[in-house]
Amino acid sequence: MNLSTADTTSTPLPHWRNYPRFLWNALLDSVEGNWVFYVWMTLLTAIFLVGANAWAVQVRDGMHLTNMSDHVSWALYIANFTFLVGLAAGGVMMVIPAYLYHDEEMHDIVIIGELLAIAAIIMALMFVVCDLGRPDRFWHLIPGLGRFNFPVSMLTWDVIVLNGYLLINLHICGYLLYSRFLGRKPNRRWYVPFVFLSIIWAISIHTVTAFLYCGLGSRPFWNTALLAPRFLASAFVSGPAFIIIAIQVIRQSIGRTFGNGPIRTLVNIMRVTILINLLMVVSEVFVEFYTGGTHTSAAHYLYFGIDGHNALVPWIWSSVAMTVTAAILLLHPRVFSRSWMMNLACVLAFIGIWIEKGMGMVIPGFVPSVLHEVVEYTPSLLEWKIMAGIWALGLMIYTLAIKIAINVFRRSPLGVQSGEIQSASQPLAS
Amino acid sequence: MDTATEPLDSNGLSRRTALKGVGAMLGAAAFARAIAPLTEWARDIPVDDFLQKHYKELTPIDLEIILNRLQKDTKDQYGADVTIKDYKAQEGVKFGYALNLSVCNGCRKCAEACHIENNHDRPSHQSYIRVFEMSKGSMDMEKGNAHYDHPVPQPDKFYMPVQCQQCEHPPCVDVCPVEATWKEPDGIVVVDYNWCIGCRYCEAACPYHARRFNWTKPVIPAVEINPNQSYLSNRIRPQGVMEKCHFCLHRTRNGRLPACLEACPTGARVFGNLLDPNSEVRQVLAHKRVFVLKEELGLKPQFFYFFDV
Repeated sequence: MNLSTADTTSTPLPHWRNYPRFLWNALLDSVEGNWVFYVWMTLLTAIFLVGANAWAVQVRDGMHLTNMSDHVSWALYIANFTFLVGLAAGGVMMVIPAYLYHDEEMHDIVIIGELLAIAAIIMALMFVVCDLGRPDRFWHLIPGLGRFNFPVSMLTWDVIVLNGYLLINLHICGYLLYSRFLGRKPNRRWYVPFVFLSIIWAISIHTVTAFLYCGLGSRPFWNTALLAPRFLASAFVSGPAFIIIAIQVIRQSIGRTFGNGPIRTLVNIMRVTILINLLMVVSEVFVEFYTGGTHTSAAHYLYFGIDGHNALVPWIWSSVAMTVTAAILLLHPRVFSRSWMMNLACVLAFIGIWIEKGMGMVIPGFVPSVLHEVVEYTPSLLEWKIMAGIWALGLMIYTLAIKIAINVFRRSPLGVQSGEIQSASQPLAS
Repeated sequence: MDTATEPLDSNGLSRRTALKGVGAMLGAAAFARAIAPLTEWARDIPVDDFLQKHYKELTPIDLEIILNRLQKDTKDQYGADVTIKDYKAQEGVKFGYALNLSVCNGCRKCAEACHIENNHDRPSHQSYIRVFEMSKGSMDMEKGNAHYDHPVPQPDKFYMPVQCQQCEHPPCVDVCPVEATWKEPDGIVVVDYNWCIGCRYCEAACPYHARRFNWTKPVIPAVEINPNQSYLSNRIRPQGVMEKCHFCLHRTRNGRLPACLEACPTGARVFGNLLDPNSEVRQVLAHKRVFVLKEELGLKPQFFYFFDV
């Protein structure tokens, strides 16, 4: 760390004493709050415990408790994993305007997106662990300790990029908050290069995750070069959608007005990405159905069902309806003045893409099977419980991280800088 | 929140702090209770099992200790006395399999023999072989049916058993993140059941539906257990790992034939050494019109199909 930067504390303590103080303060912040906070955290804890118990039972008794089979061998967990990698990558849609286009107002609250990336990656990794038949052998995946099949296996690439992305974002957020805690101006050398790295890295995590699927010649439904671009387009819808809602919730809970400019930017991003995503869906659907043949059977199963097997049909059409409605709402000129319109669009887009990445992408890869048997899948109660548990834990992590960040900003000896968190900027409609 | 303004009790603790402490304790207790099933599960995994190295890193002494331990585990858990050995690939041997679709009558004796020979889970009727009933006039598997339940052979049908094709370029091996599955020098793709983490990526990558996952701990009555076992083939698999057809390597590496071949009443199955020009399988390749499944994927299966007439 560069000690020559502006240091407002009179007697600087060494880091080995300051850093524990920083962590201790963070811990205190995370157990202190109003009754809404306690109710929210208690609720999430309860859901998390239900999920933890379900997972423990699954590990002990075996994965036959899920509704997966040798035909549909990846399902709800991997669906959520895929979606969450996208959500983590979507956080970068705050970073790009803030750092590449010097959007000052976005810059001040960019940490909301970076913390989302951390929470989403942790959730994604937990979904992978829950999908393992032998979580006790997790160490076989650690390079040096186990046998890491790099670079042949795309899964090893995913291990690297996901953990790398987690570390980069932990470093950026941790460094910025710690500097602020010390009352120092963060040294650009220590975080700006990592911010640019995180932009490239965000693209890589979702690309590599798409390569997991599209590299498999055995699964025609996934074996398309459009998969990675589609993943990115949809991630840049779901990420901003979540952040827009998050900004509003944070504003509400700390009673300050900020972020109208960033929200406007994010909506403008979504206006483009949601259309790109729909365009890609349309071109995939065209190729599948116009060409026809055996290659199409998965798409046929997904959209219309095969011989009375139609478990996915309601899912995918709900997804289509939600995404199209969200697109119409977002493109409506009054989306900025009517917040219900914008919020509805965000919620619909978020859920629509969750379905599309999960029930609409992972499952039809397995139905019909490689030998053309149609074995259907609907998640079991245990799978829903584990999913809810992980989401609850992720929301807990995100809530605490945001709370700690806000308190560090508030208490900082540097004070609140111009435009930061509190900038009561122009109303959305202007 | 400013705790200093709150009423303190005699110990100087605020009610709020005390409540937090109680909350944290309750939370920790609830968490311990929620994950209690994990401790029951961990009891079944001894430390040396947990720390066991990859098959290729084991010394002969390591291996002997492990084989003894596995035999003892089988006795403890299943009540059966079994012998688990480790058979190595022989020099100058590369196994190939050919199947005569003209004579296969769809009786599924091969699938049943596999079920018994390889100590498969009984309740799920698991087997490495699936037999498809196909309509004459089409090779399209989409029109096949693996769940037929009527006398065979039906006059307008033909039958196609499918098992691991032991690809020359196996995608299942490529995708495994921990090298728990690999191709042996004699061409057999094997799994180290004690190394597999159960991610099932190989199952997604296989175009022949050759791989199976142990969704539960296999259930087999002691009397039905085949006691002649080997580490890389038919020993009883642990819960939560992948398995697949291994050409009965515990038999074929000792000069015997695979169980599915011995069980076939029609003589549709031909097995042998592809490197031996006089082997029966080489004769089939030389004189019959042979094809492989999904040749367009470029995986070069070592399992061939042919018609007599």
